[in-house]
Amino acid sequence: MVLVVIPAYNEKLRVGRVIRGLFEHGYKDVLVVDDGSKDDTALEAEKAGAKVIKHEINRGQGAALETGDAYARNVGAEIVIHFDADGQFNPLDIEPALKLMRDKNVDLVFGSRFLDSRSKIPWQKKYLILPAARWINFVFTGITLSDAHNGFRILSKKALSKVVFLHDRMAHNTEILKIVKKNNLTYAESPVEVTYLNYGQGLSGGFRIILDLIIASFTK
Amino acid sequence: MNQPIQALLILIFLIAISKVFMRYRSEDLSLKETVVWILFWVLAGVVVIQPNLTARVAEMLGVGRGADVVVYISLVVLFFIVFRLVIKIEKLNREITKVIREKALK
Repeated sequence: MVLVVIPAYNEKLRVGRVIRGLFEHGYKDVLVVDDGSKDDTALEAEKAGAKVIKHEINRGQGAALETGDAYARNVGAEIVIHFDADGQFNPLDIEPALKLMRDKNVDLVFGSRFLDSRSKIPWQKKYLILPAARWINFVFTGITLSDAHNGFRILSKKALSKVVFLHDRMAHNTEILKIVKKNNLTYAESPVEVTYLNYGQGLSGGFRIILDLIIASFTK
Repeated sequence: MNQPIQALLILIFLIAISKVFMRYRSEDLSLKETVVWILFWVLAGVVVIQPNLTARVAEMLGVGRGADVVVYISLVVLFFIVFRLVIKIEKLNREITKVIREKALK
């Protein structure tokens, strides 16, 4: 079973289209983790035909992804795909990424905006925020990828058993690299197109991530 | 005791001690916590009544004035408490997430 996990918070306008896009490309197991949305995200996701589970209150994207992963472990999914709810990813990028995973026999595939020129990345992100984020990932994990904080990932069953997110908010992107390093998981990067509908995380979000990482280093 | 500020501070400390007692009686505080808090306020009271004590401590530590010693120590203690609180909140957050997750998966 290939399970697509979509963490969603207040995405009622976009989540339906994302789910239908996945169905159209043959991904029939789609799980939406509604992270305590205040709008009708869960309803729209159900209407579109996805399996929906709900956080009663908002816990953050990392928490929602972990809930999705826990569900995947429970149902014995072979492969889990992390996919954003806001429609910024292209479902056409999944198949080549799955193929790469098979061909290279790796545990994880990370999406990257920098392997081709399809994504129109705002210049502040391209030249300032993302290079800084890559550097922070390197400082905290010793791993350098061509992209950082890209929500597109594919996890094998083995990766799924090792990757358990403790970070509730956005630091899960750094956390996953730590886990990869610690468990010697193998990985590859696959090009993805990101369409910028909204800006996403800016600089203050970045500082929040650093703070989360530092606090967590004192917590167990 | 000859300054109005001393009387005012002592009054505040006495109120604080009575609050500690009330919270002990309503079982919000354990016996150990109660003793620690009362010792804390009594010590604060001693420092207010006998400011020269801090001057002597200051001299021992090589700090200029007694009041400075109090400020330095307070800052360190406050920083430590804030640090502990931040860690505690992070742990609580994780616990909450765990509960929410279990409910979502049911």
